[in-house]
Amino acid sequence: MIEEKFDAIVVGAGMAGNAAALTLAEGGMKVLQLERGEYSGSKNVQGAILYADMLEKLVPNFREDAPLERHLVEQRFWMMDDRSHTGLHYRSEDFNEDRPNRYTIIRAQFDKWFSQKVREAGATVLCETTVTDLAQDSHGKVIGVRTDRRDGEIHADIVVLAEGVNGMLGTRAGLRERPKAEKVALAVKEMHFLPREIIEARFNLKSDEGVVIEAVGTISRGMTGMGFIYANKECISLGIGCLVADFQRTGETPYGLLDRFKRHPSVAPLIEGSEVKEYSAHLIPEGGFKAIPQLYGDGWVVIGDAAQLNNTIHREGSNLAMTSGRIAAEAILQIKSRNQPMIPQYLALYKKMLDDSFVIKDLRKYKDMPALMHTRSQNFFLTYPQLVSKAMQNFLRVDGTPKIEKEKLTLRSFTSARSRRGLFGDAFRLVRAWR
Amino acid sequence: MSIELAMRVEDKLFNNRYLVDTGRPHIKVRPHAKPSPQLLSMLKACPARCYELNEQGQVEATVDGCIECGTCRVVCEESGDIEWSYPRGGYGVLFKFG
Ligand SMILES: Cc1cc2nc3c(=O)[nH]c(=O)nc-3n(C[C@H](O)[C@H](O)[C@H](O)COP(=O)(O)OP(=O)(O)OC[C@H]3O[C@@H](n4cnc5c(N)ncnc54)[C@H](O)[C@@H]3O)c2cc1C
Ligand code: SF4
Repeated sequence: MIEEKFDAIVVGAGMAGNAAALTLAEGGMKVLQLERGEYSGSKNVQGAILYADMLEKLVPNFREDAPLERHLVEQRFWMMDDRSHTGLHYRSEDFNEDRPNRYTIIRAQFDKWFSQKVREAGATVLCETTVTDLAQDSHGKVIGVRTDRRDGEIHADIVVLAEGVNGMLGTRAGLRERPKAEKVALAVKEMHFLPREIIEARFNLKSDEGVVIEAVGTISRGMTGMGFIYANKECISLGIGCLVADFQRTGETPYGLLDRFKRHPSVAPLIEGSEVKEYSAHLIPEGGFKAIPQLYGDGWVVIGDAAQLNNTIHREGSNLAMTSGRIAAEAILQIKSRNQPMIPQYLALYKKMLDDSFVIKDLRKYKDMPALMHTRSQNFFLTYPQLVSKAMQNFLRVDGTPKIEKEKLTLRSFTSARSRRGLFGDAFRLVRAWR
Repeated sequence: MSIELAMRVEDKLFNNRYLVDTGRPHIKVRPHAKPSPQLLSMLKACPARCYELNEQGQVEATVDGCIECGTCRVVCEESGDIEWSYPRGGYGVLFKFG
């Protein structure tokens, strides 16, 4: 039993927890971080893109020793039907800069490195420890945690909940709701290993350049979802995710979806001959701004995915996690420096600071997107990709049909599938939600 | 390549590393005569195919291959169909890449 009392306990050693523990320890606090995995990262799954700017604010010289895979020079967006894809590529030499903006990473390896930084900053990191409950006093104030290690409680002035999307503690203690099937996506993912040269040749890369492909369309079978392919140094991360409620509704299997994605004629050549070394799955918060729970209370704050801080429109999560972790820690340090207690009145500072950051500003911008995508998933993820593909093929095939006829045909295929009103309605709603 | 062959989840899980907490499953299905729609949906939605029907038509969970995604918790915990928690610290799936 750990007798001593800590200034802060951080539950979880993912992106959010590591950012918070690092900032708190660097600020001179006595920090205990608890992680259920064998090491930080052993339970974590991500695509994964690392956003440099948000990490730089925590570890300014991270490029020196962080396990980075490739810096991104190209982004592809594919709209797929069963036999084709219509793509948008953006590639720029500007991304071959001294301090690249985005990298691919392998989460288990990255988190291990991040955790080492937390230890070096002086925090006590205890892995292989599942926190089972929050300890509360008779007034409901959170005063520490209970773990499965040995009986007894560990106390602290503040508990930082960084337990990820599926967080049990916050929900068990009634601080927030359990994630709902309509508000979380289930992603499945595989790691495909290939020699470096082959990856570089297939993706048109030199040295450490990287590419990301994001794909929507018939691959998700009309469900709200997205496929992704990330080029790492010697492997390719490949996966697909859809809303849990959609899986329930359709009876599609996650692995069936993944396998169909892998066998798509646009995808199969990229991974041909690869060796699969891992199969993983994870939830992603999809509720956006409207799903953000109460962020602080008596003796606690919540950060990262546990607080639903995830921007699914831009596929950003770990940067919001890192930023919310850092901001929560900075707020806590300010409160502590003024010798104020960790009560809601003062912890409100965390929310205020977060509201002023890109985290909440971005999420607020897209507050209507999740609902739109989810209620119209058939249109956005099945009908439109098929129509676009048909239009492209019609446009490219040279078969003696006058061009004016072709245009009419394309327009007719759109209006007959979705009616003029439907099309305008979708476009209007999309623009409004995007603004 | 047949579709069935490509979709064998057991083969996929075979690549993963696990430390199984023998005799202490972290997910328990509540005994039932007839499975609820939620439980039934897990036969397909679980990415590790941990849920299966037994001969009596009840849903059973074998969680040795569980990848701890939490999907069954989201679907079945509220209705009381399952008791869900994380494995004890250090046990369960151990991602090398994640
Ligand atoms: C397939 C996929 C692709 C993604 N791609 C991207 C991407 O490209 N870019 C991006 O920025 N984001 C991406 N995300 C989102 C990103 O992974 C998350 O937003 C981010 O990991 C959230 O960090 P977190 O620290 O809040 O949670 P997590 O990283 O999930 O960490 C939570 C930690 O808490 C631990 N824990 C939980 N409960 C307990 C407990 N009771 N006791 C002890 N420890 C506990 C867990 O083991 C874990 O280590 C992706 C997510 C998925 C699933
Ligand atoms: S947590 Fe995920 S992998 Fe484990 S049994 Fe539940 S649905 Fe299956």
